[in-house]
Amino acid sequence: MRFLCMVKMDETNPQGDPPPELYQAMAEYDREGRVNGTLIDSQGLLPSAAGAIVSLADGRIKATDGPFAEAKELVGGYAVVDVHSREEAVELGRRLMQIHVDHWPGWEGSVEIRQIAEY
Amino acid sequence: MGDETTRAAIEAVWRLESTRLIAALVRIVRDVALAEDVAQDAIVAALAAWPATGIPDNPGAWLMTTAKRRAIDVFRARARHDQAAARLAHDLAESVDEDPTAGIDHVEDDVLRLMFICCHPALTPEAQTTLTLKLVAGLSTREIARAYLAPEATVAQRVSRAKRTLAEAGAAIEEPSGDERAERLGTVLGVVYLLFNEGYSATEGEDWTRPALCDEAVRLGRILTALVPGDPEVLGLAALMELQSSRLAARADADGEPILLDAQDRERWDATRIRRGLELLARADALVAADGPDAEPGPNVLQASIAAEHARATSVDDTDWARIAALYERLGRRTGSPVVELNRAVALGRANGPEAGLALLDQLADLPALRGYHLVPSVRGDLYERLGRGEEAAGEFERAAAMTSNARERALLSRRARAARDAGARGHSS
Repeated sequence: MRFLCMVKMDETNPQGDPPPELYQAMAEYDREGRVNGTLIDSQGLLPSAAGAIVSLADGRIKATDGPFAEAKELVGGYAVVDVHSREEAVELGRRLMQIHVDHWPGWEGSVEIRQIAEY
Repeated sequence: MGDETTRAAIEAVWRLESTRLIAALVRIVRDVALAEDVAQDAIVAALAAWPATGIPDNPGAWLMTTAKRRAIDVFRARARHDQAAARLAHDLAESVDEDPTAGIDHVEDDVLRLMFICCHPALTPEAQTTLTLKLVAGLSTREIARAYLAPEATVAQRVSRAKRTLAEAGAAIEEPSGDERAERLGTVLGVVYLLFNEGYSATEGEDWTRPALCDEAVRLGRILTALVPGDPEVLGLAALMELQSSRLAARADADGEPILLDAQDRERWDATRIRRGLELLARADALVAADGPDAEPGPNVLQASIAAEHARATSVDDTDWARIAALYERLGRRTGSPVVELNRAVALGRANGPEAGLALLDQLADLPALRGYHLVPSVRGDLYERLGRGEEAAGEFERAAAMTSNARERALLSRRARAARDAGARGHSS
Protein backbone atom coordinates (compact mmCIF):
# COMPACT_ATOMS: atom_id res chain seq x y z
CA MET A 1 0.00 0.00 0.00
CA ARG A 2 1.12 3.50 -0.79
CA PHE A 3 1.04 6.52 1.47
CA LEU A 4 1.60 10.20 0.85
CA CYS A 5 3.58 11.66 3.75
CA MET A 6 3.46 15.46 3.95
CA VAL A 7 5.82 17.28 6.27
CA LYS A 8 4.05 20.32 7.68
CA MET A 9 5.87 23.17 9.34
CA ASP A 10 5.99 26.88 10.01
CA GLU A 11 7.68 28.14 6.88
CA THR A 12 9.03 31.26 8.57
CA ASN A 13 11.51 28.99 10.45
CA PRO A 14 11.27 30.83 13.80
CA GLN A 15 14.05 28.57 15.12
CA GLY A 16 16.46 29.63 12.37
CA ASP A 17 17.56 28.04 9.12
CA PRO A 18 18.06 24.28 8.94
CA PRO A 19 21.65 23.28 9.81
CA PRO A 20 23.71 21.31 7.24
CA GLU A 21 23.58 18.23 9.50
CA LEU A 22 19.84 18.07 8.86
CA TYR A 23 20.32 17.86 5.10
CA GLN A 24 22.94 15.18 5.58
CA ALA A 25 20.63 13.14 7.84
CA MET A 26 17.78 13.57 5.36
CA ALA A 27 19.97 12.30 2.54
CA GLU A 28 20.81 9.21 4.62
CA TYR A 29 17.11 8.75 5.38
CA ASP A 30 16.29 8.83 1.67
CA ARG A 31 19.09 6.41 0.94
CA GLU A 32 17.70 3.97 3.51
CA GLY A 33 14.30 4.29 1.90
CA ARG A 34 15.72 3.45 -1.51
CA VAL A 35 17.69 0.46 -0.24
CA ASN A 36 14.72 -1.03 1.65
CA GLY A 37 12.44 -0.33 -1.29
CA THR A 38 9.92 1.81 0.62
CA LEU A 39 10.69 5.17 -0.95
CA ILE A 40 9.05 5.82 -4.31
CA ASP A 41 9.40 9.56 -4.53
CA SER A 42 10.35 12.46 -2.29
CA GLN A 43 10.69 16.17 -2.90
CA GLY A 44 11.14 19.35 -0.93
CA LEU A 45 8.87 22.29 -1.72
CA LEU A 46 9.95 25.91 -2.18
CA PRO A 47 8.40 28.49 0.15
CA SER A 48 4.78 29.40 -0.53
CA ALA A 49 5.99 32.72 -2.03
CA ALA A 50 6.71 30.67 -5.18
CA GLY A 51 3.23 29.12 -5.16
CA ALA A 52 -0.40 30.16 -5.40
CA ILE A 53 -3.84 29.15 -4.21
CA VAL A 54 -6.79 28.81 -6.54
CA SER A 55 -10.03 28.81 -4.58
CA LEU A 56 -13.74 28.57 -5.26
CA ALA A 57 -16.14 30.43 -2.96
CA ASP A 58 -19.61 31.80 -3.55
CA GLY A 59 -19.46 30.45 -7.07
CA ARG A 60 -16.36 32.48 -7.92
CA ILE A 61 -12.91 31.13 -8.72
CA LYS A 62 -10.05 33.25 -7.46
CA ALA A 63 -6.28 32.80 -7.82
CA THR A 64 -4.03 34.30 -5.15
CA ASP A 65 -0.25 34.25 -5.43
CA GLY A 66 1.86 33.26 -2.42
CA PRO A 67 3.20 33.79 0.16
CA PHE A 68 0.17 32.38 1.94
CA ALA A 69 -1.27 34.44 4.78
CA GLU A 70 -1.26 31.48 7.19
CA ALA A 71 2.41 30.47 7.35
CA LYS A 72 2.05 27.79 10.03
CA GLU A 73 1.27 24.16 9.11
CA LEU A 74 2.32 24.49 5.48
CA VAL A 75 3.53 21.50 3.50
CA GLY A 76 7.30 21.83 3.14
CA GLY A 77 8.02 18.53 1.47
CA TYR A 78 6.50 15.17 0.72
CA ALA A 79 7.34 11.52 0.21
CA VAL A 80 5.40 8.72 -1.44
CA VAL A 81 6.16 5.42 0.28
CA ASP A 82 5.22 1.84 -0.54
CA VAL A 83 4.86 -0.26 2.64
CA HIS A 84 2.96 -3.25 4.05
CA SER A 85 1.01 -1.47 6.78
CA ARG A 86 0.03 1.91 8.15
CA GLU A 87 2.32 1.19 11.11
CA GLU A 88 5.29 1.11 8.75
CA ALA A 89 4.33 4.49 7.33
CA VAL A 90 3.94 5.82 10.88
CA GLU A 91 7.39 4.48 11.80
CA LEU A 92 8.86 6.20 8.74
CA GLY A 93 7.16 9.42 9.88
CA ARG A 94 8.46 8.97 13.41
CA ARG A 95 12.00 8.59 12.11
CA LEU A 96 11.64 11.76 10.10
CA MET A 97 10.62 13.62 13.23
CA GLN A 98 13.52 11.98 15.12
CA ILE A 99 15.93 13.41 12.57
CA HIS A 100 14.58 16.87 13.35
CA VAL A 101 14.89 16.23 17.10
CA ASP A 102 18.51 15.19 16.57
CA HIS A 103 19.59 17.86 14.11
CA TRP A 104 17.35 20.94 14.26
CA PRO A 105 16.81 22.03 17.86
CA GLY A 106 13.58 23.91 18.44
CA TRP A 107 11.92 22.81 15.21
CA GLU A 108 8.27 21.89 15.48
CA GLY A 109 6.06 20.38 12.86
CA SER A 110 4.24 17.23 11.83
CA VAL A 111 3.96 14.57 9.17
CA GLU A 112 0.49 14.04 7.77
CA ILE A 113 0.25 10.44 6.52
CA ARG A 114 -2.50 9.63 4.04
CA GLN A 115 -3.14 6.37 2.24
CA ILE A 116 -3.30 6.63 -1.53
CA ALA A 117 -6.43 5.07 -3.02
CA GLU A 118 -5.59 2.13 -5.28
CA TYR A 119 -7.57 -0.20 -7.54
CA MET B 1 0.50 2.43 23.95
CA GLY B 2 -1.57 -0.78 24.08
CA ASP B 3 0.17 -4.14 23.71
CA GLU B 4 -1.42 -4.81 20.33
CA THR B 5 -0.40 -1.40 19.06
CA THR B 6 3.15 -1.93 20.27
CA ARG B 7 3.27 -5.32 18.61
CA ALA B 8 2.14 -3.87 15.30
CA ALA B 9 4.68 -1.05 15.64
CA ILE B 10 7.47 -3.54 16.41
CA GLU B 11 6.46 -5.60 13.39
CA ALA B 12 6.69 -2.43 11.30
CA VAL B 13 10.21 -1.78 12.62
CA TRP B 14 11.16 -5.36 11.74
CA ARG B 15 9.83 -4.94 8.20
CA LEU B 16 11.86 -1.81 7.70
CA GLU B 17 15.03 -3.08 9.37
CA SER B 18 15.28 -6.83 8.83
CA THR B 19 16.93 -6.80 5.39
CA ARG B 20 19.61 -4.33 6.34
CA LEU B 21 20.11 -6.00 9.71
CA ILE B 22 20.51 -9.51 8.30
CA ALA B 23 22.64 -8.25 5.41
CA ALA B 24 25.06 -6.50 7.79
CA LEU B 25 25.13 -9.49 10.13
CA VAL B 26 26.03 -11.80 7.24
CA ARG B 27 29.07 -9.59 6.61
CA ILE B 28 30.00 -9.66 10.30
CA VAL B 29 29.34 -13.30 11.28
CA ARG B 30 29.96 -14.80 7.83
CA ASP B 31 27.12 -17.27 8.12
CA VAL B 32 23.65 -16.64 6.71
CA ALA B 33 21.79 -19.04 9.03
CA LEU B 34 23.49 -17.61 12.11
CA ALA B 35 22.84 -14.06 10.89
CA GLU B 36 19.14 -14.76 10.60
CA ASP B 37 19.05 -16.56 13.96
CA VAL B 38 20.65 -13.71 15.91
CA ALA B 39 18.49 -11.15 14.08
CA GLN B 40 15.43 -13.19 15.13
CA ASP B 41 16.76 -13.28 18.70
CA ALA B 42 17.05 -9.50 18.60
CA ILE B 43 13.43 -9.02 17.52
CA VAL B 44 12.29 -11.46 20.22
CA ALA B 45 14.22 -9.37 22.75
CA ALA B 46 12.54 -6.25 21.34
CA LEU B 47 9.10 -7.81 21.72
CA ALA B 48 9.95 -8.47 25.37
CA ALA B 49 11.50 -5.08 26.14
CA TRP B 50 9.79 -2.43 24.01
CA PRO B 51 6.21 -2.72 25.29
CA ALA B 52 7.59 -1.50 28.66
CA THR B 53 10.33 0.91 27.51
CA GLY B 54 8.72 2.17 24.32
CA ILE B 55 10.41 1.91 20.92
CA PRO B 56 13.94 3.35 21.12
CA ASP B 57 14.85 6.48 19.13
CA ASN B 58 17.01 4.43 16.81
CA PRO B 59 15.43 0.97 16.76
CA GLY B 60 17.73 -0.29 14.00
CA ALA B 61 20.82 0.37 16.09
CA TRP B 62 19.20 -1.27 19.13
CA LEU B 63 18.44 -4.41 17.11
CA MET B 64 21.95 -4.48 15.63
CA THR B 65 23.66 -4.17 19.03
CA THR B 66 21.42 -6.86 20.53
CA ALA B 67 22.03 -9.22 17.60
CA LYS B 68 25.81 -8.67 17.79
CA ARG B 69 25.83 -9.44 21.54
CA ARG B 70 23.92 -12.62 20.83
CA ALA B 71 26.44 -13.56 18.12
CA ILE B 72 29.29 -13.00 20.60
CA ASP B 73 27.59 -15.46 22.97
CA VAL B 74 27.31 -18.02 20.18
CA PHE B 75 30.95 -17.61 19.12
CA ARG B 76 32.17 -17.78 22.74
CA ALA B 77 30.27 -21.03 23.22
CA ARG B 78 31.97 -22.42 20.13
CA ALA B 79 35.38 -20.98 20.97
CA ARG B 80 36.50 -23.92 23.05
CA HIS B 81 36.58 -26.13 19.94
CA ASP B 82 37.08 -23.53 17.28
CA GLN B 83 39.92 -20.98 17.04
CA ALA B 84 38.18 -18.98 14.30
CA ALA B 85 35.08 -18.60 16.46
CA ALA B 86 37.23 -17.33 19.32
CA ARG B 87 38.74 -14.68 17.06
CA LEU B 88 35.32 -13.63 15.73
CA ALA B 89 33.98 -13.36 19.27
CA HIS B 90 36.90 -11.13 20.20
CA ASP B 91 36.61 -8.87 17.13
CA LEU B 92 32.88 -8.57 17.55
CA ALA B 93 33.19 -7.68 21.23
CA GLU B 94 35.57 -4.86 20.22
CA SER B 95 33.08 -3.44 17.75
CA VAL B 96 29.78 -3.98 19.49
CA ASP B 97 29.58 -0.54 21.04
CA GLU B 98 30.95 1.45 18.13
CA ASP B 99 28.81 4.05 16.40
CA PRO B 100 25.72 2.14 15.28
CA THR B 101 25.40 4.28 12.15
CA ALA B 102 28.89 3.24 10.98
CA GLY B 103 27.46 0.30 9.06
CA ILE B 104 25.50 2.58 6.75
CA ASP B 105 28.55 2.89 4.50
CA HIS B 106 28.21 -0.77 3.62
CA VAL B 107 24.47 -0.99 3.24
CA GLU B 108 24.24 -1.26 -0.56
CA ASP B 109 27.05 -3.84 -0.73
CA ASP B 110 25.57 -5.77 2.19
CA VAL B 111 22.09 -6.03 0.68
CA LEU B 112 23.44 -6.93 -2.76
CA ARG B 113 25.62 -9.63 -1.19
CA LEU B 114 22.56 -10.99 0.59
CA MET B 115 20.71 -11.11 -2.75
CA PHE B 116 23.60 -12.99 -4.35
CA ILE B 117 23.52 -15.49 -1.48
CA CYS B 118 19.75 -16.01 -1.68
CA CYS B 119 20.05 -16.60 -5.43
CA HIS B 120 23.12 -18.81 -5.18
CA PRO B 121 23.47 -21.20 -8.15
CA ALA B 122 23.61 -24.21 -5.82
CA LEU B 123 19.94 -23.57 -4.92
CA THR B 124 16.88 -24.64 -6.89
CA PRO B 125 14.75 -21.82 -8.36
CA GLU B 126 12.11 -22.58 -5.76
CA ALA B 127 14.66 -22.28 -2.94
CA GLN B 128 16.01 -19.06 -4.48
CA THR B 129 12.62 -17.35 -4.60
CA THR B 130 11.65 -18.55 -1.12
CA LEU B 131 14.91 -17.43 0.46
CA THR B 132 14.74 -14.07 -1.33
CA LEU B 133 11.23 -13.50 -0.01
CA LYS B 134 12.32 -14.49 3.47
CA LEU B 135 15.63 -12.68 3.86
CA VAL B 136 15.51 -9.80 1.39
CA ALA B 137 11.79 -8.99 1.22
CA GLY B 138 11.43 -9.71 4.95
CA LEU B 139 8.31 -11.88 4.64
CA SER B 140 7.48 -14.36 7.37
CA THR B 141 7.22 -18.07 6.66
CA ARG B 142 3.46 -17.75 7.06
CA GLU B 143 3.25 -14.93 4.52
CA ILE B 144 5.32 -16.87 2.01
CA ALA B 145 3.13 -19.94 2.55
CA ARG B 146 0.03 -17.83 1.93
CA ALA B 147 1.55 -16.34 -1.21
CA TYR B 148 2.40 -19.77 -2.61
CA LEU B 149 -0.69 -21.56 -1.25
CA ALA B 150 1.70 -24.01 0.39
CA PRO B 151 1.58 -25.36 3.94
CA GLU B 152 3.69 -23.31 6.35
CA ALA B 153 5.69 -26.40 7.32
CA THR B 154 6.65 -26.95 3.68
CA VAL B 155 7.99 -23.43 3.36
CA ALA B 156 9.86 -23.68 6.67
CA GLN B 157 11.43 -26.90 5.47
CA ARG B 158 12.34 -25.31 2.14
CA VAL B 159 14.06 -22.45 3.98
CA SER B 160 16.09 -24.68 6.28
CA ARG B 161 17.08 -26.98 3.44
CA ALA B 162 18.20 -23.96 1.41
CA LYS B 163 20.31 -22.71 4.32
CA ARG B 164 21.91 -26.11 4.66
CA THR B 165 22.72 -26.12 0.95
CA LEU B 166 24.29 -22.69 1.30
CA ALA B 167 26.40 -23.79 4.25
CA GLU B 168 27.61 -26.82 2.31
CA ALA B 169 28.42 -24.63 -0.68
CA GLY B 170 30.33 -22.21 1.57
CA ALA B 171 28.25 -19.45 0.08
CA ALA B 172 27.91 -16.95 2.87
CA ILE B 173 30.78 -14.55 2.42
CA GLU B 174 32.00 -14.92 -1.12
CA GLU B 175 32.10 -11.72 -3.13
CA PRO B 176 31.78 -12.47 -6.84
CA SER B 177 33.66 -10.16 -9.17
CA GLY B 178 34.01 -9.54 -12.90
CA ASP B 179 32.20 -11.94 -15.20
CA GLU B 180 30.96 -14.02 -12.30
CA ARG B 181 29.38 -10.96 -10.71
CA ALA B 182 27.55 -10.14 -13.95
CA GLU B 183 26.33 -13.72 -14.19
CA ARG B 184 25.17 -13.76 -10.57
CA LEU B 185 23.37 -10.45 -11.06
CA GLY B 186 21.64 -12.02 -14.04
CA THR B 187 20.50 -14.87 -11.79
CA VAL B 188 19.16 -12.41 -9.21
CA LEU B 189 17.18 -10.60 -11.92
CA GLY B 190 15.85 -13.94 -13.14
CA VAL B 191 14.70 -14.91 -9.65
CA VAL B 192 12.93 -11.58 -9.13
CA TYR B 193 11.17 -11.91 -12.49
CA LEU B 194 10.19 -15.50 -11.70
CA LEU B 195 8.59 -14.21 -8.52
CA PHE B 196 6.81 -11.49 -10.46
CA ASN B 197 5.47 -13.90 -13.06
CA GLU B 198 4.18 -16.30 -10.44
CA GLY B 199 2.15 -13.37 -9.11
CA TYR B 200 1.17 -12.08 -12.54
CA SER B 201 -0.20 -15.34 -13.91
CA ALA B 202 -0.30 -17.93 -11.20
CA THR B 203 0.58 -21.36 -12.55
CA GLU B 204 -1.42 -23.24 -9.92
CA GLY B 205 -4.56 -22.87 -7.89
CA GLU B 206 -7.77 -20.90 -8.00
CA ASP B 207 -6.52 -17.36 -8.45
CA TRP B 208 -5.52 -15.92 -11.79
CA THR B 209 -3.14 -13.43 -10.24
CA ARG B 210 -1.48 -12.94 -6.86
CA PRO B 211 -0.88 -9.23 -6.62
CA ALA B 212 1.01 -9.54 -3.32
CA LEU B 213 3.79 -11.49 -5.04
CA CYS B 214 3.90 -8.92 -7.85
CA ASP B 215 4.20 -6.13 -5.31
CA GLU B 216 7.11 -7.86 -3.56
CA ALA B 217 8.86 -8.39 -6.89
CA VAL B 218 8.35 -4.76 -7.90
CA ARG B 219 9.78 -3.69 -4.54
CA LEU B 220 12.81 -5.98 -4.99
CA GLY B 221 13.30 -4.50 -8.46
CA ARG B 222 13.20 -1.02 -6.97
CA ILE B 223 15.79 -2.04 -4.36
CA LEU B 224 18.04 -3.39 -7.11
CA THR B 225 17.91 -0.08 -8.98
CA ALA B 226 19.24 1.55 -5.79
CA LEU B 227 21.99 -1.07 -5.40
CA VAL B 228 23.12 -1.24 -9.03
CA PRO B 229 21.97 2.06 -10.57
CA GLY B 230 24.13 1.94 -13.69
CA ASP B 231 22.96 -1.38 -15.13
CA PRO B 232 20.44 -1.14 -17.99
CA GLU B 233 19.15 -4.68 -17.42
CA VAL B 234 18.36 -3.86 -13.77
CA LEU B 235 16.47 -0.74 -14.84
CA GLY B 236 14.86 -2.74 -17.66
CA LEU B 237 13.52 -5.33 -15.26
CA ALA B 238 12.20 -2.68 -12.87
CA ALA B 239 10.55 -0.92 -15.84
CA LEU B 240 9.07 -4.17 -17.13
CA MET B 241 7.53 -5.05 -13.77
CA GLU B 242 6.09 -1.56 -13.26
CA LEU B 243 4.55 -1.63 -16.74
CA GLN B 244 3.16 -5.16 -16.46
CA SER B 245 1.78 -4.61 -12.97
CA SER B 246 -0.01 -1.45 -14.13
CA ARG B 247 -2.51 -3.82 -15.76
CA LEU B 248 -3.10 -6.01 -12.68
CA ALA B 249 -6.40 -4.45 -11.66
CA ALA B 250 -7.73 -4.60 -15.22
CA ARG B 251 -6.72 -8.24 -15.78
CA ALA B 252 -9.48 -9.75 -13.65
CA ASP B 253 -13.12 -8.89 -13.01
CA ALA B 254 -14.75 -8.47 -9.59
CA ASP B 255 -15.16 -12.26 -9.31
CA GLY B 256 -11.50 -12.86 -10.13
CA GLU B 257 -12.19 -14.10 -13.68
CA PRO B 258 -9.44 -13.21 -16.17
CA ILE B 259 -9.96 -10.42 -18.69
CA LEU B 260 -7.81 -10.64 -21.82
CA LEU B 261 -5.92 -7.70 -23.28
CA ASP B 262 -8.55 -6.99 -25.99
CA ALA B 263 -11.31 -6.64 -23.42
CA GLN B 264 -9.43 -4.75 -20.71
CA ASP B 265 -10.65 -1.33 -19.64
CA ARG B 266 -7.47 0.67 -20.19
CA GLU B 267 -8.81 3.41 -17.94
CA ARG B 268 -8.11 0.96 -15.12
CA TRP B 269 -4.44 0.64 -15.96
CA ASP B 270 -2.41 2.29 -13.22
CA ALA B 271 -1.11 5.53 -14.76
CA THR B 272 1.44 6.10 -11.99
CA ARG B 273 3.05 2.73 -12.53
CA ILE B 274 3.10 3.31 -16.28
CA ARG B 275 4.79 6.68 -15.78
CA ARG B 276 7.39 5.13 -13.48
CA GLY B 277 7.93 2.25 -15.89
CA LEU B 278 8.43 4.56 -18.84
CA GLU B 279 10.86 6.71 -16.82
CA LEU B 280 12.90 3.65 -15.84
CA LEU B 281 12.90 2.44 -19.45
CA ALA B 282 14.11 5.84 -20.66
CA ARG B 283 17.02 5.63 -18.17
CA ALA B 284 17.82 2.11 -19.38
CA ASP B 285 17.68 3.20 -23.04
CA ALA B 286 20.02 6.10 -22.30
CA LEU B 287 22.55 3.73 -20.70
CA VAL B 288 22.39 1.39 -23.70
CA ALA B 289 22.78 4.31 -26.10
CA ALA B 290 25.83 5.50 -24.14
CA ASP B 291 27.49 2.19 -25.04
CA GLY B 292 27.62 3.26 -28.68
CA PRO B 293 25.33 3.25 -31.71
CA ASP B 294 25.58 -0.50 -32.25
CA ALA B 295 24.84 -1.48 -28.66
CA GLU B 296 21.97 -3.92 -28.53
CA PRO B 297 19.74 -3.82 -25.44
CA GLY B 298 19.49 -6.90 -23.25
CA PRO B 299 16.39 -9.06 -22.82
CA ASN B 300 14.90 -7.08 -19.95
CA VAL B 301 15.12 -3.77 -21.79
CA LEU B 302 13.61 -5.38 -24.90
CA GLN B 303 10.74 -6.86 -22.90
CA ALA B 304 10.16 -3.53 -21.18
CA SER B 305 10.10 -1.86 -24.62
CA ILE B 306 7.37 -4.29 -25.69
CA ALA B 307 5.38 -3.64 -22.50
CA ALA B 308 5.82 0.10 -23.13
CA GLU B 309 4.22 -0.25 -26.59
CA HIS B 310 1.13 -1.72 -24.94
CA ALA B 311 1.16 0.92 -22.22
CA ARG B 312 1.27 3.76 -24.75
CA ALA B 313 -1.51 2.39 -26.98
CA THR B 314 -5.10 3.47 -26.35
CA SER B 315 -6.53 0.19 -27.71
CA VAL B 316 -5.49 -3.16 -29.18
CA ASP B 317 -6.06 -1.75 -32.68
CA ASP B 318 -4.06 1.37 -31.91
CA THR B 319 -1.07 -0.79 -30.85
CA ASP B 320 2.09 -0.76 -32.98
CA TRP B 321 2.11 -4.54 -33.50
CA ALA B 322 4.73 -4.36 -36.25
CA ARG B 323 7.19 -2.76 -33.79
CA ILE B 324 6.25 -5.33 -31.16
CA ALA B 325 6.88 -8.18 -33.64
CA ALA B 326 10.26 -6.63 -34.50
CA LEU B 327 11.14 -6.34 -30.78
CA TYR B 328 10.18 -9.98 -30.25
CA GLU B 329 12.41 -10.93 -33.14
CA ARG B 330 15.37 -9.16 -31.49
CA LEU B 331 14.45 -10.70 -28.16
CA GLY B 332 14.27 -14.14 -29.76
CA ARG B 333 17.75 -13.66 -31.21
CA ARG B 334 19.05 -12.71 -27.74
CA THR B 335 17.35 -15.48 -25.78
CA GLY B 336 16.62 -18.27 -28.27
CA SER B 337 13.40 -18.78 -26.32
CA PRO B 338 10.54 -20.61 -28.07
CA VAL B 339 8.05 -18.77 -25.83
CA VAL B 340 9.33 -15.50 -27.30
CA GLU B 341 8.69 -16.92 -30.77
CA LEU B 342 5.18 -17.82 -29.69
CA ASN B 343 4.63 -14.21 -28.65
CA ARG B 344 6.05 -13.07 -31.96
CA ALA B 345 3.42 -15.22 -33.69
CA VAL B 346 0.73 -13.36 -31.74
CA ALA B 347 2.22 -9.98 -32.72
CA LEU B 348 2.59 -11.01 -36.38
CA GLY B 349 -1.01 -12.23 -36.35
CA ARG B 350 -2.03 -8.74 -35.32
CA ALA B 351 0.37 -6.83 -37.55
CA ASN B 352 0.03 -8.85 -40.80
CA GLY B 353 -3.13 -10.87 -40.28
CA PRO B 354 -3.94 -14.24 -38.67
CA GLU B 355 -2.39 -16.23 -41.56
CA ALA B 356 1.02 -14.69 -40.85
CA GLY B 357 0.68 -15.71 -37.20
CA LEU B 358 -0.35 -19.26 -38.14
CA ALA B 359 2.58 -19.58 -40.55
CA LEU B 360 5.05 -18.92 -37.74
CA LEU B 361 3.08 -21.08 -35.32
CA ASP B 362 3.33 -24.03 -37.75
CA GLN B 363 7.11 -23.71 -37.65
CA LEU B 364 7.06 -23.80 -33.84
CA ALA B 365 4.57 -26.59 -33.37
CA ASP B 366 7.09 -29.38 -33.03
CA LEU B 367 9.57 -27.65 -30.71
CA PRO B 368 10.02 -29.91 -27.68
CA ALA B 369 10.13 -26.89 -25.33
CA LEU B 370 6.60 -25.91 -26.33
CA ARG B 371 5.11 -29.39 -26.09
CA GLY B 372 2.46 -29.43 -23.37
CA TYR B 373 2.45 -25.60 -23.17
CA HIS B 374 -1.21 -24.58 -23.09
CA LEU B 375 -0.62 -21.19 -24.72
CA VAL B 376 0.29 -22.85 -28.03
CA PRO B 377 -3.23 -24.19 -28.72
CA SER B 378 -4.67 -21.09 -27.06
CA VAL B 379 -2.87 -18.79 -29.54
CA ARG B 380 -3.79 -21.07 -32.43
CA GLY B 381 -7.42 -21.05 -31.35
CA ASP B 382 -7.38 -17.28 -31.24
CA LEU B 383 -5.96 -17.05 -34.78
CA TYR B 384 -8.52 -19.61 -36.13
CA GLU B 385 -11.30 -17.69 -34.44
CA ARG B 386 -10.28 -14.50 -36.17
CA LEU B 387 -10.30 -16.36 -39.49
CA GLY B 388 -13.90 -17.48 -38.80
CA ARG B 389 -12.84 -21.12 -38.39
CA GLY B 390 -14.95 -21.55 -35.25
CA GLU B 391 -15.01 -25.35 -35.02
CA GLU B 392 -11.22 -25.62 -35.29
CA ALA B 393 -10.80 -22.75 -32.81
CA ALA B 394 -13.05 -24.55 -30.31
CA GLY B 395 -10.94 -27.69 -30.58
CA GLU B 396 -7.75 -25.71 -29.85
CA PHE B 397 -9.28 -23.92 -26.86
CA GLU B 398 -10.44 -27.26 -25.46
CA ARG B 399 -6.96 -28.69 -25.84
CA ALA B 400 -5.52 -25.64 -24.07
CA ALA B 401 -8.08 -25.93 -21.25
CA ALA B 402 -7.04 -29.51 -20.64
CA MET B 403 -3.37 -28.48 -20.46
CA THR B 404 -3.44 -25.60 -17.95
CA SER B 405 -3.30 -26.18 -14.19
CA ASN B 406 -4.80 -22.79 -13.29
CA ALA B 407 -8.53 -23.15 -12.56
CA ARG B 408 -9.50 -19.62 -13.68
CA GLU B 409 -7.64 -19.99 -16.93
CA ARG B 410 -9.22 -23.37 -17.58
CA ALA B 411 -12.68 -21.89 -17.12
CA LEU B 412 -11.86 -19.01 -19.45
CA LEU B 413 -10.55 -21.34 -22.17
CA SER B 414 -13.63 -23.56 -21.87
CA ARG B 415 -15.85 -20.50 -22.27
CA ARG B 416 -13.89 -19.44 -25.33
CA ALA B 417 -14.27 -22.96 -26.77
CA ARG B 418 -18.06 -22.83 -26.36
CA ALA B 419 -18.25 -19.32 -27.85
CA ALA B 420 -16.11 -20.35 -30.83
CA ARG B 421 -18.22 -23.46 -31.41
CA ASP B 422 -21.46 -21.42 -31.29
CA ALA B 423 -19.99 -18.87 -33.70
CA GLY B 424 -18.82 -21.70 -35.96
CA ALA B 425 -22.29 -23.28 -35.97
CA ARG B 426 -23.91 -19.94 -36.80
CA GLY B 427 -21.38 -19.49 -39.61
CA HIS B 428 -22.44 -22.84 -41.17
CA SER B 429 -26.16 -22.24 -40.97
CA SER B 430 -25.98 -18.81 -42.60
